[in-house]
Amino acid sequence: MDVLALLADGFATSISPLNLLIVLIGVTVGIFIGAMPGLGSVNGVAIVLPLTFIVPPTSAIILLAAIYYGAMYGGAISSILLGIPGASTAVATTFDGRPMAQKGEAGLALIVAAVASFIGGTVSVVLFTAFAVPLADMALAFGPAEEFALVLLAFTTFVGLGGDDILKTIVMICLGLVLSTVGLDIISGEPRLIFGDMPGFYSGVSFLVLAIGVYGVGEVLYTIETSRNAPMVTPARLTFSELRAGLSKMTRMWRTMSLGSVLGFFVGILPAAGATPAALMSYGVAKSISKRPESFGRGNPEGVAAPETANNAASTGSLLPMLTLGIPGSPTTALLLGGMVMWGLTPGPMLFVEQKEFVWGLISSLYTANVAAVLVNIALIPVFVWALRMPFTVLCAMVLVLCIVGGYAPDQRMHDVWMIAGFGVAGYVLRKADYPLAPLVLALVLGPLMEKSFRQTMIAEHGDVTVFVDRPISAVFMAISVLLFLLPLIRLLRRSRARASNPAPAE
Amino acid sequence: MLAADRIIALALMGLSLCFMIYALRLPIGWEPETGPGAGAFPFWLGLGMLLASGAILARSFVVRPHSDETFIPDADAIPQILGVIGLLLGAIALIPLLGAYIALMLFLLAYLRIIGGHGWVLTGILTLTTPVFLFFFFEVTLKILLPKGITEPLFYPLYAMFF
Repeated sequence: MDVLALLADGFATSISPLNLLIVLIGVTVGIFIGAMPGLGSVNGVAIVLPLTFIVPPTSAIILLAAIYYGAMYGGAISSILLGIPGASTAVATTFDGRPMAQKGEAGLALIVAAVASFIGGTVSVVLFTAFAVPLADMALAFGPAEEFALVLLAFTTFVGLGGDDILKTIVMICLGLVLSTVGLDIISGEPRLIFGDMPGFYSGVSFLVLAIGVYGVGEVLYTIETSRNAPMVTPARLTFSELRAGLSKMTRMWRTMSLGSVLGFFVGILPAAGATPAALMSYGVAKSISKRPESFGRGNPEGVAAPETANNAASTGSLLPMLTLGIPGSPTTALLLGGMVMWGLTPGPMLFVEQKEFVWGLISSLYTANVAAVLVNIALIPVFVWALRMPFTVLCAMVLVLCIVGGYAPDQRMHDVWMIAGFGVAGYVLRKADYPLAPLVLALVLGPLMEKSFRQTMIAEHGDVTVFVDRPISAVFMAISVLLFLLPLIRLLRRSRARASNPAPAE
Repeated sequence: MLAADRIIALALMGLSLCFMIYALRLPIGWEPETGPGAGAFPFWLGLGMLLASGAILARSFVVRPHSDETFIPDADAIPQILGVIGLLLGAIALIPLLGAYIALMLFLLAYLRIIGGHGWVLTGILTLTTPVFLFFFFEVTLKILLPKGITEPLFYPLYAMFF
């Protein structure tokens, strides 16, 4: 088969000694970052991205993907041992992971989480391999009109399915898109929004600056406020007999885990959904099909396996639209996409034609990253338990230093460092006021593509906007966009009608 | 929460107005040869942002969904947050003058000792090893020079050794 041959070529790249070493470093760093309360995959990728100049692009993205993966494994560690999720994606893991730890089964819970993550990750990578080529082939036929409609669709999923305040989501999308227009205009060459001729803005607002600001500095400020009291670390011991007992227990959970993997993968593909809702949904499904639903929430290992398979599967799923369509499915994949642009690659279906080595090197590295992550995770559990005792102020200080230096390094401009501080404080305040930050980052990354495709279409069609509904694929995207945009309104209408028919409201 | 919500909505409205005014310096309508003008995208999206944040402000007078929540649940955290922000801005301001190494060492020293309340041993180890790591990672390996300010002459022997 064609795909298998390409995958085999990919393995030739990904199992080179350098890339194996990189995967190992990446998953270890990722698990560590994921295990730290407050820091998740997006923070890890944002902080490490500026440091990737040290290796060639293929290795750089393998490193970042390994961190992304590792963070998904690591999130479970603090969910189980501290009872607070290491990342938002591991929220559902606390439901049963914490009770298990309190019953003295912390070791078992950690094993279940690691193995479930491995299964979710592996199943979804296989699905990824199967879907990537057909999807990229389809996307090759896309013109600017389809591209514009697709980006619009990505934004409307945030409005329709994001679950945040709709007006605040719209504000954040607009803000991100406007910020993306700062700098020299691609078509007319004129400088735009340089705020009274400030030279620092000529080259635009880099997504990296926004990401480090929001996910580095902003996250640290937010975490300082929310977790000032050092939580108790539950001791966990691991023996080989426990490992064996855990594995035999897991063979009985195949149904939950396979459902979680498939569900996670497909939820992960949706731009606004991602790993957190996937994990929560998978937990809900596992509970509803269980013969003993009442045991969930009281330390049922299945309640750890379900979310952990799903969140790892979702993280792979969100890579699919990023790599094949050039539309990221989550903030973390938006950063990976931004990184690819920075290394001189054009994301989208053409990658599968022009950069085979890069694409298949990355895909095959997901297989090796999974194996590495499960081994590192189980082998180094005592180290991560010890690391969780590290005072939070030490971690904060290190992260802030890395934010400053990492923000300066790519372009060597103090302007960027000031912007990082500004975005950090602004991001912290906006997040406290319930403004969602993921649409902001995604809008900044997708803004240039959206504007370019819109203007190209308009020039080609002499300002005729009906082209977006005349072309079939673009029309489908547009129709779904409109539907997603109207979804909150429909919900609101139904709620008010229900209230009208029921004169005594519950509130 | 209500006051904070309104202030933030107003600030966002101001920001979008500022975007729109700057975008107006460029053509925002239809240009005969090149389609939509360079200012069109930022102008109309700025307008969208203005309307949405204006709606948030208007809504806060009609419904009050979060009136029971407070913007700052834990007032004790404020001095610490402000302290961290202050230290961060101070360190950034000092970088062009004293160089990244001295500025970041001062930052770490102040952060770990005053905010973290850590002992001199831990503070000292981290304050001294971090710049060494940064030097070898950025300057030696990546060949990215960090700003040195007035400390530049001190690095001449190091440059001679590693480059």
